[in-house]
Amino acid sequence: MFSYYVKLAYLSCKRTWGMTLLMVCAIGLGIGASMTTITVNYLMSANPIPQKSEQLFFVQMDAWQPNNPFNDDGDAPTQLTYRDATYLWQAQKAKRQSIQSGMAAVIEPADKEVLPFMVQGRANSADFFSMFDVPFLYGTGWDHQADLKKERVIVINAELNERLFGGKDSTGQTVRMAGEDYKVTGVIDRWNPKPKFYDISTGAFNDVEEVFVPFSLITEQKFSRSGNTNCWKPTGSGFQAFLDSECIWLQLWVELPTEQDKEAYFSFMNAYAKEQNQYGRFARTDNNKLRDVMQWLENQQVVADDANMMMAMSLMFLLVCLLNTVGLLLAKFLGKASEIGVRQALGASRNDLFIQHLIESGCIGLAGGLLGLVLAILGLEAIKVMYGDWIRDLAQLDLTLVAMAIGLAIVSALLAGLYPTWRACQVQPSVQLKSQ
Amino acid sequence: MLNLFSGLELGPIFRALMRNKIGALLIALQIALTLTIMVNAIFMMQERSQQMARASGLDESNTFYLSNTVFAQNYNLKTALQQDLQRIRQTPGVVDATQINAIPLSGGGWSMSLQTKAGDDIEGTGSAVYMVDENGINALGVELIAGENFQSSDIVWREEGSTTWPPKTIITKALAEAMFEGDWKSALGKTVYIDNHQPVQITGIINTLQAPWNGWNGVERSMLVPQQLDNKGSRFFIRTEPGRRDELMPVIEKMLAESDRGRIIRNVTSMEQTRDKSYQEHQATNTTLLTVIIVLTLITGFGIVGLAMFSINRRTRQIGTRRALGASQWQVMRYFMLENLLISSAGVLLGAAGAVGLNIWLVSTFSMSPLSPVLLVIGVVALLIVGQLAVSYPALVASRISPATATRGRA
Repeated sequence: MFSYYVKLAYLSCKRTWGMTLLMVCAIGLGIGASMTTITVNYLMSANPIPQKSEQLFFVQMDAWQPNNPFNDDGDAPTQLTYRDATYLWQAQKAKRQSIQSGMAAVIEPADKEVLPFMVQGRANSADFFSMFDVPFLYGTGWDHQADLKKERVIVINAELNERLFGGKDSTGQTVRMAGEDYKVTGVIDRWNPKPKFYDISTGAFNDVEEVFVPFSLITEQKFSRSGNTNCWKPTGSGFQAFLDSECIWLQLWVELPTEQDKEAYFSFMNAYAKEQNQYGRFARTDNNKLRDVMQWLENQQVVADDANMMMAMSLMFLLVCLLNTVGLLLAKFLGKASEIGVRQALGASRNDLFIQHLIESGCIGLAGGLLGLVLAILGLEAIKVMYGDWIRDLAQLDLTLVAMAIGLAIVSALLAGLYPTWRACQVQPSVQLKSQ
Repeated sequence: MLNLFSGLELGPIFRALMRNKIGALLIALQIALTLTIMVNAIFMMQERSQQMARASGLDESNTFYLSNTVFAQNYNLKTALQQDLQRIRQTPGVVDATQINAIPLSGGGWSMSLQTKAGDDIEGTGSAVYMVDENGINALGVELIAGENFQSSDIVWREEGSTTWPPKTIITKALAEAMFEGDWKSALGKTVYIDNHQPVQITGIINTLQAPWNGWNGVERSMLVPQQLDNKGSRFFIRTEPGRRDELMPVIEKMLAESDRGRIIRNVTSMEQTRDKSYQEHQATNTTLLTVIIVLTLITGFGIVGLAMFSINRRTRQIGTRRALGASQWQVMRYFMLENLLISSAGVLLGAAGAVGLNIWLVSTFSMSPLSPVLLVIGVVALLIVGQLAVSYPALVASRISPATATRGRA
């Protein structure tokens, strides 16, 4: 029976091919536009580390200007001062903790024929690799001792390993960076979490750094810091004065596996703020925050306003396309009134007619969905061209999204077909047969 | 008046519509939603276009910059900088060059707060800081409208980590207006305070120079500071004679790279590229919105054509009868045009309300500004025209139905 109805649908569509084409195009365009924007939004709001995003917390402490909060809504600053971050890190009160800042330096390849080049890197403490489940191709990260002793050790990414060592296992080799030799302890495998949750301060969708070095080396001033630095109070001259200042430029992540761990850590933070308050710091002692990965990304609104706006627009666009389809289907089914009358007279029940026409709507929806999928792929390509490199990984259809596109198309078409089908089933056979 | 309307047969059209309420309602709703989306999309495009149209103040078509990153140890930064600048300025075709700490519209830079009174808890005005030498104004191509340029004796070295500021500054008109209640002329010669306490005298005012951050509401507020950075990382900003930029970019890159192997010359970028990159998302969003508007209008238009064709097919005999009873071709055509006008009018009325509603939501959710009524009127008129254009073909088909149809059986 099903295949018979599909055949009827095919014949009916062929007869009114212009209208059918219009409906398929309308659904296709609506689905294409919606899926393009849904894809970008879905990937922007993805959980970059689902296995432990609820155990990783971003530490925020409010040592900002007493009578002028950092954020207009009064929320705590997004980074920490050197003194607070290092205090919390040295206390080692969490299961794991990683203090970090961006850095940049020049690498001089051993091969003198190759020109020196600049790399973007991260200065972080040892726990970074284990707490963020960083995959290693060769070797591992460094240990806590290396942090304390300011050892010249380095972790590089696979691309840089390819460039410097031809892709071979380079652990134990040295890299000449910023005028000093660094020993390679590990090579990171392909790892590019989107959003780049561990540091979104200079763009939530940037690529992962090429090199990683112990955070403690930052005080040696061999390489330059990168990222944002915000100050509210004049600082004295020189680097030591900067380290002692109220400028915020560091981030601290802690791993707290249980709710109790979290509560204990939060009280530790608050106790520290209270103690500092006695020295005239932390005017807002209770404005400290521990947010897990998804809470932090939500708080920082990594899904761009533009993306949200575009999605709202495209869903309205889909609605127009569906209204269009309802109108056309209605016209089409009512145009078949006499055929429906004949079928009824020959014994088809209303139920049969209902199913027959829903199948016809579903077929149009399926065709529209397939067209929509093609248009979504084209739309995502267009987005990559127009928005530039950073959006590359956010304009990728996966199986879930493909299934969603087809599902959305069929559901939309069935919804659109519901009323016209109901109307078609109301046809009185006697009236139709009389007028023949 | 009454006669005119009865002549236009609005009554019969309306009664006929009432018999096919759903069809008319669907078209009206489509038109309403199309108007809602269209007006707000055009409005968003306008906002972006206005932002993109703001002048940076630079001689954008003839300027470029590059980053100079020193990696050699025991490198004499000061001597090298002077030599580099001299070499660049002497290159034929170069108008001027300066070392600078940040690039307008590039997204990264320094900002400081300026106060009209010294003290710790005084509200200041944020400003972008550009550190340049006495060639800065000419190299950037900005226009000095009051006061005077820096002298070479004003330029001081800024050591890494230093927090002291030189005693003179040149500021933009917008910054002067923000600090001195709209009266920029009065700013000249005044002393303001940077870093809460350090006095700085305003010795010159430039017309326009944008900050590095295009989305900042203070993007027009910038200051020039007579300082040269004693840093391993610095930038050179270079202005060429008109039309010679593209030819000189690789020449200067090569000349600098080969003159000294202890550093890397990178990011050689023209100001035009920087502007394109800075507004890339705006541009992309505008293109997308424009596509949405066009496709949406087409879909609505074709939807009208489809439904009108259908209703004409169903009414072939009635139309034939009307023709047989003496209605002219034009009267038949006018019937369908008027029918569409009635439906469209209901649609645009609803759509106008929808557009305002959506705008209110957008304003509260995405901090946009409210819609201009002119745009709404333009949108309404445009959609009424689209409706008339779309229905004109089916109406023409209807008008050609032969009166003889009435006498035949079922068509």
